[in-house]
Amino acid sequence: METIILFAPLVGAIICGFGWKLIGETAAQWTATGLLFVSAFFSWIIFLTFDPAAHDNAVYTVNILRWIESGTLSTDWAIRMDRLTAIMLIVITTVSALVHLYSFGYMAHDDHFREGESYRPRFFAYLSFFTFAMLMLVTADNLVQMFFGWEGVGVASYLLIGFYYRKPSAGAAAIKAFVVNRVGDFGFALGIFALYYVTDSINFSDIFAAIPDLQGQTITFMWREWDTLNLIAFLLFIGAMGKSAQLFLHTWLPDAMEGPTPVSALIHAATMVTAGVFLVCRMSPLMEYAEATTSFIVFLGATTAFFAATVGLVQNDIKRVIAYSTCSQLGYMFVAAGLGVYSVAMFHLLTHAFFKAMLFLGAGSVIHAMHHEQDMRNYGGLRHKIPKTFWMMMIGTLAITGVGIPLLYLGFPVGFAGFVSKDAIIESAYAGTMGGYAFWMLVIAALMTSFYSWRLMFLTFYGKPRGDKHTHEHAHESPTVMLAPLYVLAIGAVLSGMVFYKPFFGSDESVGKYFGAIVSEEKAEDHANLGFTLIAPAYAAASGDDGHGGDDHGKAAWPEVPGQGAIFKHPDNHVLHEAHLVPVWVKVAPFIAMLLGLGLAYQMYIRRPDWPAKLAEQQAPLYQFLLNKWYFDEIYDFLFVRPSMALGRILWKRGDTDTIDGGINGVAMGIIPFFTKLAGRAQSGYIFSYAFAMVLGLAVLLTWVTLFGGAN
Amino acid sequence: MGNVLSLTTFLPLIGALILAIFLRGDDEAAQRNAKWVALVTTVVTFVVSLFILGNFNPADTGFQMVEEREWLLGLQYKMGVDGISILFVMLTTFLMPLVIASCWEVKTRVKEYMIAFLILETLMLGVFLALDLVLFYLFFEAGLIPMFLIIGIWGGVNRIYASFKFFLYTFLGSVLMLVAMVAMFADAGTTDIPTLMNHSFGTESFSLLGVQIVGGMQTLLWLAFFASFAVKMPMWPVHTWLPDAHVQAPTAGSVVLAAILLKMGGYGFLRFSLPMFPVGSEVMGPLVLTLSAIAIVYTSLVALVQEDMKKLIAYSSVAHMGYVTMGIFAVNQQGIDGAIFQMISHGFISGALFLCVGVIYDRMHTREIDAYGGLVNRMPAYALIFMFFTMANVGLPGTSGFVGEFLTLMGVFQVNTWIAVFATSGVILSAAYALWLYRRVVFGDLIKESLKTITDMGRRERVIFAPLVAMTLLLGVYPALVLDIIGPSVSALVGNYETALATFEAATQFASN
Repeated sequence: METIILFAPLVGAIICGFGWKLIGETAAQWTATGLLFVSAFFSWIIFLTFDPAAHDNAVYTVNILRWIESGTLSTDWAIRMDRLTAIMLIVITTVSALVHLYSFGYMAHDDHFREGESYRPRFFAYLSFFTFAMLMLVTADNLVQMFFGWEGVGVASYLLIGFYYRKPSAGAAAIKAFVVNRVGDFGFALGIFALYYVTDSINFSDIFAAIPDLQGQTITFMWREWDTLNLIAFLLFIGAMGKSAQLFLHTWLPDAMEGPTPVSALIHAATMVTAGVFLVCRMSPLMEYAEATTSFIVFLGATTAFFAATVGLVQNDIKRVIAYSTCSQLGYMFVAAGLGVYSVAMFHLLTHAFFKAMLFLGAGSVIHAMHHEQDMRNYGGLRHKIPKTFWMMMIGTLAITGVGIPLLYLGFPVGFAGFVSKDAIIESAYAGTMGGYAFWMLVIAALMTSFYSWRLMFLTFYGKPRGDKHTHEHAHESPTVMLAPLYVLAIGAVLSGMVFYKPFFGSDESVGKYFGAIVSEEKAEDHANLGFTLIAPAYAAASGDDGHGGDDHGKAAWPEVPGQGAIFKHPDNHVLHEAHLVPVWVKVAPFIAMLLGLGLAYQMYIRRPDWPAKLAEQQAPLYQFLLNKWYFDEIYDFLFVRPSMALGRILWKRGDTDTIDGGINGVAMGIIPFFTKLAGRAQSGYIFSYAFAMVLGLAVLLTWVTLFGGAN
Repeated sequence: MGNVLSLTTFLPLIGALILAIFLRGDDEAAQRNAKWVALVTTVVTFVVSLFILGNFNPADTGFQMVEEREWLLGLQYKMGVDGISILFVMLTTFLMPLVIASCWEVKTRVKEYMIAFLILETLMLGVFLALDLVLFYLFFEAGLIPMFLIIGIWGGVNRIYASFKFFLYTFLGSVLMLVAMVAMFADAGTTDIPTLMNHSFGTESFSLLGVQIVGGMQTLLWLAFFASFAVKMPMWPVHTWLPDAHVQAPTAGSVVLAAILLKMGGYGFLRFSLPMFPVGSEVMGPLVLTLSAIAIVYTSLVALVQEDMKKLIAYSSVAHMGYVTMGIFAVNQQGIDGAIFQMISHGFISGALFLCVGVIYDRMHTREIDAYGGLVNRMPAYALIFMFFTMANVGLPGTSGFVGEFLTLMGVFQVNTWIAVFATSGVILSAAYALWLYRRVVFGDLIKESLKTITDMGRRERVIFAPLVAMTLLLGVYPALVLDIIGPSVSALVGNYETALATFEAATQFASN
């Protein structure tokens, strides 16, 4: 079953990409989509029936094929199935299947292509190929296979960003995405090398087992000695920064919006960009022993959350707003992961996948309705034209801004998905940093999240129609094939927070059991409760626990050393527990921030629509600073791109041509002209014939000796 | 089949002789016949070489299928194959039919062109199979001549300059090697390679012109061989002949040059430098690692600003060969496994990339990047193939390009992290130059008037690429095909190297006490 999940999308991609001429465009598209639904179906079965207690260490492996073997290095193509994998499986396959379906509508007609050009099978093939690579990434049982998926999604992303190949901006964005990601991969690769160097293996199980012994050891890396585990964790995190668009390596993500909108929903919101978070969670046994690095992760995550939110405030392209929002939300996840509450990071990853994919697909529906107009300044009053899309976007906005009923607790908090998971992160941030930098950054970012999300809603759906009148008149609701995926995602955006609260952010024990770190004593009981298991086995594990309980100490503790379960928690790490004990004002803070953001947006875009322009004028430097994304692109261009090109040119002209050719080989160069003159005659055929005779003669001699020389 | 090695080696030569003796005239029929004879010869050679692979036992780390004969002047003719060399033989025989097929449209001096390639194949195979110094040297040097002619006669406008540059560079490098060989013969009394591999050359340090030579004779011998192999590789800073040679060479010539001839340097390091002069290698290893790292970064940067497609790919080749030398002189299992893998893989990938350039050069007769743009509009199949090999060239996992790069980097990380960091930065630069090239040539709208009628790849062209795509993917997904064969031999090589070094160090300590 695991193998089918993994390879169905690949088969789909191959059939769709290469076989569409044989079976027809529509059939090819349906094949890819159908296979993806098969994959999603099986993923849900695995997710719902996965019982950590049934396997040794709550993990099992499916071997597929040998891969790179060299000396003590031994890697296989294999599937590692544990709770983390199971979660990622449903996220990826569900969103991917829905995006495939959505693309039937969205990609039906595209002005970027001419009449009669077949671009749809290519699009579906890329989508399916991406899904395959992403599944490879999350099912890998070793770092190299993960790297395969890591780069594979990079290529798929590159191809899809550059899908509109006639647009120069799309080509540029595609390269930028790939190259910036490669900067991350550079760190990731070095991290793998270092891990192999110190543990003699790159399989997760072996690495995890070896890590406790490496505590306090040092490794010589470049100019000095470093703490081994911190260095490795940091190198791996550079990879995560690239893929998850964290500050300094984030510049590719907004540009990636050049791709078709379904791509943005699938790759640049729900799945690929969360790979970095997944990596940190996957490497939790390492991260738990790398304190300096995890502090850095928290710092960078919080800063990214803040930075991206500020930029999101002023963007006018609807997709760019959501892109910066994604960047910012990823920062939240990294804060959680860096604090050692991996389950909370995964929680937000899961809920975010639903509501962010939904927002993107909703935005796609708006763009579709508005004939590929993406500038929100030309929207306005669309809620009457496209009511269904409007309501879906509304649900997405309620989810991302974190609407819920604070302090009400019915065994779980009551609210939209983002409310539950984001608050979990903010509470963890308070507990983990003693109310420090990360906590305040996240709360402020929550305020801005609310502001830019509502700004998007108000500009798009409220007020009077702006821009091209003709476009507005012809605005139309999207077909069912595009709306149905939105409905499904809406369920997730509303419910996933409440449903998954306990296993991800319950007590130490319920989380521990869900992720397999704590082996349940009452295994048999859980199994007896079949009906319950079908809904979510986690509940069986978590049942009888109030989620806020502080009395789980000593009863069933997390293991002291890595190896058991999908995530590891250092014995000294109590953030998960303490996050439940934060003061009331902390619990309410994000909600208040949300209300403030909403109020501000309402004031500026509904009541006094003239304010934003005035404010921008008044605060022109600040406005320009934000509008130009803190000038990162310009700075990078100045610091890296131009110098590289200039250096290349200098090395070529001054180095190769002048110095090497002119200097070291001056002698030879002096001789060449002489030979060249001589060779003028080669043209006439003399030298040519002589040379041939020479070679042939030599060859004949050799042959003769070979065949007859041995007889003596 | 007692003499399967000789048979494989000399079959192409027989084909060349048949062409030279029996084929007359230069009309269309004669040209067609010449191509067919060459194609059949190379295919048969490939089939025969499969017997070598079939009979090869990877677990045996010595030389296999050895043939030994007396030769004139008391020299011996000795051929044999081991885990280090066998895949280079297979690479050569596998690629040659594709090379021949790629020059199907050549119209000038077709017969001679075919003869040149057939002789070249014999000489290249000889290099990889010879087990005698003199024999090796003959093959090694003679191989220059047909390549020289291929560039000089069928090349581009500046072919004379390029061919002489190529010839002089590589020839001058080899002269030193010849001197070293004489010295080796004087010291060991034999030219038999297996015997020489077990011979310990002097390691006692001495002063030469006031310079203390650590490692003594071994270091000097090592340097002499290095001069030759470094030029062949080519390593920075003696790489400048390669871009010129590539630019002027005809497509098929470029393919052979990049895919096979460059591998002779790497093979030489593995056959001579490491096993025969372990102490010299250890002494000079850091130099090679440094030059390799410089090569990777330097040539990648230079590739970034090239305006000629072939030059860009040529510089990219130099960078990729940097990984090879780096892996070899990391002298551990991953490094050398990776280096050999990288050479094999680069054979397919760079060969394919030069063919890719050839495809559009045949149509437009220019290699200038600016002359193209938007090819995907009219050449979707070409865009796909070119994309595939571009990705393979940047070392995408799942293609063979990844395995070699990854293993060599992993190997060198264990030796020197500075080198590893600089070399790894090559993955960023390679992505930049390769994708930028691709974008400028393939993506965008097709606006240039001259390109409006360009046609996509024909059947023959697709057939040539198919095996290359298959091998690149196959080795990327299942590298055991290569690693299983070379593994034991590499392991023995590393083991012997370490033993020799241990002996040397023990002796030095003894001496200093």
